Amino acid sequence: MKFSYYPGCCYETSAREYDMSSQAVCKKLGIELEEIEDWNCCGSTAAHSTNHLLALSLSARNLALAEQKGLDVVAACAACYQRLAVARHELNGDPDLLARVNSVTGLPYTASQRVLSMPEVIASYGVDNLRARVNKPLTGLKIAAYYGCLLVRPRSIQIDDEENPHILEQIMECCGAQPVDWHYQTECCGAGLGISNEDIVFKLVADILEDAAANGADCIICACPLCHFNLDLRQAKINKKLKQKFNLPVFYFTQLVGLATGVNPAVLSLHTHFINTKTIKRKYA
Amino acid sequence: MSAINLTTTLKHEQFIEQVSRESGQPVQQCYQCGKCTAGCPIAFSMDVPPNRVMRMVQLGLRETALSCNSIWLCAYCSTCSVRCPKNVNLAQVMDALRIIAGKEKRAKTARARHVELFNRNFLNSIRRYGRLHEFETMTMYNLKSGQPFKNADTGLYMLSRGKLKFLIQKTSQMDQVKQIFARVKELEEK
Ligand code: SF4
Ligand code: SF4
Repeated sequence: MKFSYYPGCCYETSAREYDMSSQAVCKKLGIELEEIEDWNCCGSTAAHSTNHLLALSLSARNLALAEQKGLDVVAACAACYQRLAVARHELNGDPDLLARVNSVTGLPYTASQRVLSMPEVIASYGVDNLRARVNKPLTGLKIAAYYGCLLVRPRSIQIDDEENPHILEQIMECCGAQPVDWHYQTECCGAGLGISNEDIVFKLVADILEDAAANGADCIICACPLCHFNLDLRQAKINKKLKQKFNLPVFYFTQLVGLATGVNPAVLSLHTHFINTKTIKRKYA
Repeated sequence: MSAINLTTTLKHEQFIEQVSRESGQPVQQCYQCGKCTAGCPIAFSMDVPPNRVMRMVQLGLRETALSCNSIWLCAYCSTCSVRCPKNVNLAQVMDALRIIAGKEKRAKTARARHVELFNRNFLNSIRRYGRLHEFETMTMYNLKSGQPFKNADTGLYMLSRGKLKFLIQKTSQMDQVKQIFARVKELEEK
């Protein structure tokens, strides 16, 4: 399997754990990732909130570059995934809009290649195949799989059911972990409002953490740098502001797949989290 | 709430038409069941609940719809869109309202201004580098929003974990990125 890889702007900074662990896990499983040469930002929420044509065109440039290689695209970041997948979906069904966007980018995009998320790529390896590769099972580790919004909504690009998805739980079960039943799988964390209106995000994230803890999770897994930022980094702030005592490590799901398949923990960036991952590392790394 | 004059005029019709076109949504289909508001994670902090924003659009109430906080605070989580029994993609309607309000510089309250400023700084980074430069974008945002030390603790933590980069990663074919911004502007002004 070979894919064009879109790392996204946070790959070296706030989301380095995701980039490093995705690359390491794919390498381990023999999934080849070829970085899209000279990619640009997908435009994120800032672009689609400001100008529809601009948002489509910024994403389309990346997709056009990938198309030249003839490979399907995988984006690690869920936000990038959503933007690229939505652009491809809109342009695939609307030749006039496609022509307009191509006249903006100056690149001949035809919306042929698929856009996939990282959970889909790992799942496409196959449940049995993945299980066979697990040599350090995460036995007894209770995880709350958090999807947030961007992987399951809107419908045109969802990778699984919008209210009751399973794909991450399935991957975690292959790894020997024990997914918990909980209620906040697909509730929004507030995303970028964390910067502009932090108080709103405090409430949203506190509810998510509380439900994960109440249902016995040892940790949360996610597939989105925005979610990770809000759940991991803001956790201590929430403890202070809302007088709580949350202590839930938040992993990218690829970090745990990495641990279970025997990837060298040093390349999974387990030490750059805000909430200490030591207890889990000690047990499973 | 103050009284609203519901006499439909051409102006009302134009607004309904504009939002329908820009969002691509059948706004008249909404029958005000309120399911969108019931599931909206942000509704608790909005000044107008999502279903009422929809109603304002249906009635062509341009001023009221474009000046509420809600259109800026909407996180585009699309929970409303997947639950709407009438298949109205309300997230897309919110996006369209945000775009119209942005062009008319209508973000006035603190909450709205902060969202708008954040988006603007983000886009400036793409315009200059093709990519988001997190450090510069955050610093500029803090300065312009008049809170220079906001998130300073966040910044320190990121620095200590090797998560802040001062070096700027650029797209090399910046002419292509610049062309995107320029062409969009040109086409929209036509
Ligand atoms: S859920 Fe749909 S039909 Fe119901 S009030 Fe909201 S937009 Fe209208
Ligand atoms: S998309 Fe906006 S209006 Fe709809 S549920 Fe999410 S935050 Fe609320």
